[in-house]
Amino acid sequence: MDNKRVTLFSGHYGSGKTNVALNYAIYLKEKGVDVEIYDMDIVNPYFRTLDGKDMLDKHNIPLVVSDYANTNVDVPAMNSGAYRMIHDKSKAAVVDVGGDDRGALALGRFEKALKEENDFDMLLVINKYRFETQNAEDTLQIMKEIEYACKIPFTGIVNDSNLGKETTKETVLKSLEFANEVSKKTGLPIKFTCVERGLYDELKNEINNLVPIDVIHYGVWC
Amino acid sequence: MAEKVLMKGNEALAEAAITAGCRHYFGYPITPQTEVAAYMAKRMPKIGGTFLQAESEVAAINMVLGAAAAGVRSMTSSSSPGISLKSEGISYMAGCDVPAVIVNVERGGPGLGGIQPSQSDYFQATKGGGHGDYHLIVLAPASVQEMYSLTIKGFEIADNYRIPTMILTDGTIGQMMEPVSLDAVEVKQFDKPWSACGQRGRDHRNIINSLSLKPEELEQWNFDRYKRYEIVKEKEVMYEEFMMDDAEVCIVAFGIAARVSKNAIVEARKQGIKVGMIRPITLWPFPEKALKAAAEKCKAFVSVELSMGQMIDDVKLAIECKKPVLLCNRTGGMIMSPDEVVAKIVEASKM
Repeated sequence: MDNKRVTLFSGHYGSGKTNVALNYAIYLKEKGVDVEIYDMDIVNPYFRTLDGKDMLDKHNIPLVVSDYANTNVDVPAMNSGAYRMIHDKSKAAVVDVGGDDRGALALGRFEKALKEENDFDMLLVINKYRFETQNAEDTLQIMKEIEYACKIPFTGIVNDSNLGKETTKETVLKSLEFANEVSKKTGLPIKFTCVERGLYDELKNEINNLVPIDVIHYGVWC
Repeated sequence: MAEKVLMKGNEALAEAAITAGCRHYFGYPITPQTEVAAYMAKRMPKIGGTFLQAESEVAAINMVLGAAAAGVRSMTSSSSPGISLKSEGISYMAGCDVPAVIVNVERGGPGLGGIQPSQSDYFQATKGGGHGDYHLIVLAPASVQEMYSLTIKGFEIADNYRIPTMILTDGTIGQMMEPVSLDAVEVKQFDKPWSACGQRGRDHRNIINSLSLKPEELEQWNFDRYKRYEIVKEKEVMYEEFMMDDAEVCIVAFGIAARVSKNAIVEARKQGIKVGMIRPITLWPFPEKALKAAAEKCKAFVSVELSMGQMIDDVKLAIECKKPVLLCNRTGGMIMSPDEVVAKIVEASKM
């Protein structure tokens, strides 16, 4: 897969952006790209990129994140490292944008820099099983709201349709038609489809550009 | 069964309220429950309902009181400090006998505390919070699926008994994402001849009020209300038993602490310890009879809570202190690990 210097993952919250972004950063690193990841979520109080720090540390990928993430206060702050990542063109950047238009609002401040450099991918992470994006129309609506909030156009789609722990082969297969419809209606290519590593072998011959991913597990409760 | 969808606990709860026929939501943002208000803001205008962000929690709860007094299903949601602010209004609702659903997605306390999950509002929910002789019916979901089903149940039970009902959950259950089946459920509706929605040919006007000029009358109101509480205690207790058949140690836990405890029980059983769990689903009324029966065969209890130990008092009362009760707890926004629970199970098994 070719990559742009900056890869932004945005979409409806709960679609799986964080896991996709983590895995994409690891993929780039393994390809030999000097990459950092930025957690730009200013909305979510918990369940965020920081929870995947072990995975990132294992691959020596720096995580830039607000000092207030996963703390006891709710401060929608940006880390100054975000400016460096957007402006320092010597390194690749993966950005995990917060969900919906509310989360994408924070990205708007980098509109000018990103458009001037013109070396970014803005990927719409979609999940057919999220209650509010079960069909192409509703997904498009959220996509438009995000673009309106951050003024950055999407360039591609990532199909991350999943039902959490209950995801099966069929879950993924049933989402393909939906993803194609979103692609057709938006004119955006499906950059890749994600599936948890355990299901990859069963599906690799049935789906184009299928990528195995590891997801953060919250194992203390069953 | 309907095809499952992936939902956040807070979203499932909000959708359940809409399914239950709630068209009046009054709230004020606070982490970690803000998704409930955000969801309502998005959905209510589309279905002819009212979403209103009040100027404060105090205003929001009084709007709920007004809507409920007019006989419509209404709801508010908040998190711990916000519930403290609403407590005056909640007491007035109890005194007026108006049914509504109040949601508390708990965070760490006391004071401003923090935004991470907690269960330290147990006393506030089950033993008052506001002033006067009253109870709320308190339901404690332990999954996103139960956020959906118990919220619907909450509206039904509130209307049936004219008792405000609280969904007491925590930040983890509110924020976590799980597959949910939104089955087509038949929601029970209740006539409200007592409501203040116009005289409608009656020979009198309905008055919704918690003030009585005569102490004899106020006492009688309280007696009557407590008679209804007795019926609720008789008919509406809900709990889940997990691996209790041969259990010698009984864990008591609700909400996210029960989910962690299930992991711990499976682990402790691998070590040969006969342990099970009684998970209260209604925190008020508390499953006293089930616990009393368990005290006949279990040698020790472990109360697992995200607080300094609040429910443990009710466990001791229910079993009349016949067996030792240990506490396994974390607080301030921390969640215990299954290993910490296993350690307490081991300790209890040696008693």
